[in-house]
Amino acid sequence: MTQSPLQIPRFPAVLAYPLRAMPLVPLSLSLTAYSRKIAKSHPGLFRRLGEYGHTKFVLDPTDLPFVICLHPNGGVPRVIVTRGPGEGTARIAGPLAALLGLVHGAFDGDALFFSRDLVVEGDTAAALALRNAVDDAELDLSREVSDLTGPMAPPVQRMFVFLERHTGVSLTRPEEAGAW
Amino acid sequence: MVMEIVCPAGTPAALRAAVKAGAHTIYCGFADETNARNFPGLNFDRAEMREGVAFAHSHGTKVLIAINTFPRAGDEAIWHRAVSDAESCGADAVILADIGLLDYAARNHPGLRRHLSVQAAAANADVINFYADAFGVKRVVLPRVLSVPEIAAINAETEVETEVFVFGGLCVMAEGRCSLSSYATGLSPNMNGVCSPASHVEYHDDDGVLDARLGGYTIHRVEAKDSAPYPTLCKGCFSTGDKTGHLFEDAVSLNAEQLIPQLQKAGVIALKIEGRQRSRSYVAQVVRNFRAAVDALEAGKPMPEGMLARLSEGQAMTTGAYKKTWR
Repeated sequence: MTQSPLQIPRFPAVLAYPLRAMPLVPLSLSLTAYSRKIAKSHPGLFRRLGEYGHTKFVLDPTDLPFVICLHPNGGVPRVIVTRGPGEGTARIAGPLAALLGLVHGAFDGDALFFSRDLVVEGDTAAALALRNAVDDAELDLSREVSDLTGPMAPPVQRMFVFLERHTGVSLTRPEEAGAW
Repeated sequence: MVMEIVCPAGTPAALRAAVKAGAHTIYCGFADETNARNFPGLNFDRAEMREGVAFAHSHGTKVLIAINTFPRAGDEAIWHRAVSDAESCGADAVILADIGLLDYAARNHPGLRRHLSVQAAAANADVINFYADAFGVKRVVLPRVLSVPEIAAINAETEVETEVFVFGGLCVMAEGRCSLSSYATGLSPNMNGVCSPASHVEYHDDDGVLDARLGGYTIHRVEAKDSAPYPTLCKGCFSTGDKTGHLFEDAVSLNAEQLIPQLQKAGVIALKIEGRQRSRSYVAQVVRNFRAAVDALEAGKPMPEGMLARLSEGQAMTTGAYKKTWR
């Protein structure tokens, strides 16, 4: 019998503290626009949600002072960032790095669950559908951001890679090994 | 001959990850009740399956399509259509469990190779040879209840290829006949493709103490410092009188990596990895690990030490029945 816990970096408390004062409405609007861009470029993600395409999810980065409420809304998503517990029928909670690693396919969702780095509450089936849909979408969140910057995309992408290397947080989709 | 790595894919992305990681063969299923991993957000529609098979074939990888639930009386057409679609998608074989569906496939799709699913729980040479004689079954996936010598004894008495699980969830029941999930939820892997369906699972985290319920029954309660298992009844932790413990099976995963040379000597052709419900990250890591192991075996090198514990249920592993010490 062996144990090998995952090493999940935590968002530094000293940086999280000032976020308590951050205005959340602009952040909500930005994330809504961002999620709609993703919906356009990855329509299969929302199709794969199936009957859970109108379920409200609460994504809770436990090392940040807010939660993200995601309403897929049938492929026209809405995001509301709030300081309360958030409203939703399924809640997925874990350190920000665990949630980002899950999105990018750097971590396995079940492994995060076994190691207690990820907590699921509420509608378990909806949470599972979201996890599977996101895993299949092969998202690269940094690429989605850098694409918005036009000609600045290459240096912005390099900045994400630099940050990833120095923080240990998965900010890009890992390169898959070449064919065997 | 290199032992064949048979790898799970719950999504097209996982299929591509498995192919790139070196899987010889992928197994997957349609997004409906015809396969035993009918979970939300998982599996392939017909177009995705066609594309997935084409992608795999372009890399020299085979695709097996699992149609391994038992058809509901009156609704057989759903399962018949799945067999027909598997053939038209270009599948290299179908993995079937139901005797009626095997008969249908043998009569109507004789050119489509047939494998016997673990859901058929075929655990001796006589029954395996019956499936071969009656339905032309070419390969059997053996249940996870046999020791290596027992597998060798079966292989000595049959020409049917044998495939065994080497990694992942460890089902210790007579597969295809287990009613534990049905008892708690009304849904089962056998008829509905779901063991402990997520729709009936509830988690409550109370100050780090994780309480898991299935169909209203508390399956286990784990302290903050402990790893969490799947919410299946067979891995549940129950109290009776003044004792508390795992009634059927500890929350551990199978890992028979170090037994691969013995399995090869026992006549096993293919090594199966469990986990169609797992992510592409899991698939890539496990496939790379096992591909390295079989390549090392072929080259006459020692088995590499794996790093798969963190991917395992309960973060603990066992060689299961392959190395039985209790019989």
